[in-house]
Amino acid sequence: MTFVMAVLTTIALLNGAAMAEPDVAAAPAAPCDVPEWLLPADADLTHIGNEIKDRHRLDISVVGSGSSALSGPDGARFAYPAQLEQSLRERLPGLEIKVTAHVQSRQTTADMAAGLPKILTDDQPTLVIWQVGTVDALRGVEPEDFRTSLDQGIEAIAAAHADVIMMNMQHSPRTESMLGVSAYADVMRWVAEQHGVMLFDRLAIMRYWSDEGIFDLYAATKDYAMARRVHECIGRSLASLIIHAGHLDAGKIQTTR
Amino acid sequence: MAMASPPQAATSERDLRLDLFRGVALWLIFLDHIPENIVNWFTIRNYGFSDATEIFIFISGYTAAFVYGSTMRERGFLLSSARILRRAWQIYVAHIFLFTIFMAEIAYVAATFENPLYAEEMKILDFLKQPDVTIFQALLLKFKPVNMDVLPLYIVLLLLFPPMLFVLLRHPNVALAGSAVVYALTWKLDWNLPAYPNGVWFFNPFAWQLLFVFGAWCALGGTQRLAGFLRSRIVLAVAIAYLVFAFAITLTWHFESLDRFVPTWLAEWMYPIDKTNLDVLRFAHFLALAVVTVRFIPRNWSGLKWAILQPAIRCGQHSLEIFCLGVFLAFAGQFIIAESSGGPLLQTAVSSLGIIIMIATANLTSWYKAIEGRSPQSRVKSRDADLAGGEA
Repeated sequence: MTFVMAVLTTIALLNGAAMAEPDVAAAPAAPCDVPEWLLPADADLTHIGNEIKDRHRLDISVVGSGSSALSGPDGARFAYPAQLEQSLRERLPGLEIKVTAHVQSRQTTADMAAGLPKILTDDQPTLVIWQVGTVDALRGVEPEDFRTSLDQGIEAIAAAHADVIMMNMQHSPRTESMLGVSAYADVMRWVAEQHGVMLFDRLAIMRYWSDEGIFDLYAATKDYAMARRVHECIGRSLASLIIHAGHLDAGKIQTTR
Repeated sequence: MAMASPPQAATSERDLRLDLFRGVALWLIFLDHIPENIVNWFTIRNYGFSDATEIFIFISGYTAAFVYGSTMRERGFLLSSARILRRAWQIYVAHIFLFTIFMAEIAYVAATFENPLYAEEMKILDFLKQPDVTIFQALLLKFKPVNMDVLPLYIVLLLLFPPMLFVLLRHPNVALAGSAVVYALTWKLDWNLPAYPNGVWFFNPFAWQLLFVFGAWCALGGTQRLAGFLRSRIVLAVAIAYLVFAFAITLTWHFESLDRFVPTWLAEWMYPIDKTNLDVLRFAHFLALAVVTVRFIPRNWSGLKWAILQPAIRCGQHSLEIFCLGVFLAFAGQFIIAESSGGPLLQTAVSSLGIIIMIATANLTSWYKAIEGRSPQSRVKSRDADLAGGEA
């Protein structure tokens, strides 16, 4: 980790203002904080800035499969789309914020890409958070087809003048030897780069939480507490990312990140 | 990696470098198969495009030609083919054995692990609900759990090997060219074998055969034909330059912030680097590694006698046993790490213990073969083709 930090610091120094200012020294880290280097640095959310300036509102659609939801009592209230909404409302008072979740288990990326036009028409979102990958890995969809579906979906979102943040799979150490996700994660990284869109690297972030001992992702439990907490952290990290990349409130980012 | 072997020795004597590098490759494959493992930072896939799989398949092609080539020359097509097919059968049985262990692990996880966070991921266990279909598909080599793709590839390569060897012995360059044409057509026409529940084989046999056949070609006199090429300083310089380039690119994978230094045109041309179809960049990376290796490690290198390298050589001499053991140990190791939510210390311990078990088993296998009069040495003398070290 120190090596990574050293490399990053060097690069930050070399690039001067290109990197966000380090704010490590600010407040003690909240338990689910995500280090800067795990969040996409260079992509911008261009549409949401304008939308907020013009209409003072932010409409977000979350499109995803089972891992964007939580089962159990009041699952929807604790899953990350709702947590994202709550976090954004707290941190961006005065804006009207609406997060609509279109989450359905067993949806492949191709299914979701096909359903996107309708969602874009119905919701008129400024930002789409598109969570994919797990179901494709489960079904063994060919990575090449997976890529085509991603291209198709991202183009549809761009055509609707909305921003997109892609989200990859969860880090799931107990199923890692049975469910191969890395090929799909690679494709997503590549597609994000090609289209210049943001990737919320849930896989790496959750691995970081696991490595740091913030969450015990190996734990076998029927209890919802940890799952809710993980979703809360994901929702809050997403909120930070949106605020940061949309240049929504520079002053506030310094204290919350 | 016996590419610079002196002409005479190539067909008569064991090249210990092959055993050494295959042994090391087996260790690396084991480490890479434990996903949560700090030790696999040391494996070569983090430092270039190709990984241990390329080494393993190339050396397997080399030894297959070395062993079965002389049988075919001396005892004819039919007998050598029969031997190759028996080898394929042994590997098939080994694969099914590993599958059984894998099923046991999965069934255990399905029965004991529960976490609402992973409701979606746990659907991977749904196949346990239809054992009739799953087991049948596994027997057909269509259903292959993660990390169980190499042996099926190997089986297909061996099944296709008798006619290929027949041509290799007569017109080696024609055989190699034919193999390259199949490789090219595979890229053009998207050939691959179907997998279950859908998709295709992770290691496309029509693409990976190129490396296997190239290894066989090298064993059957190709290295002598390449000798001038391999001695060239320009070739060495190009190979080193390419390895440095590949290393620089892999650095950008690990440190995303370095990504900005990769020009867009290069990224667009280069990515994705396709493992399924043995991307040309991976193949070239393996060739560069081989060129550098044979340059600095000659066939008669004194280091091959060092005690410290004997464990790796031993493992390489019993590749099928050690490969299977490695896959099993990776399952088991990962299981232990998962059960105890282990950190870097435990991962290191599990990795070291795994390699120690692999070495001990290789020695045990050698011992068995020795008491049964089937040691590699005795069989080189007798020119019996089902050589332990040369296990294809």
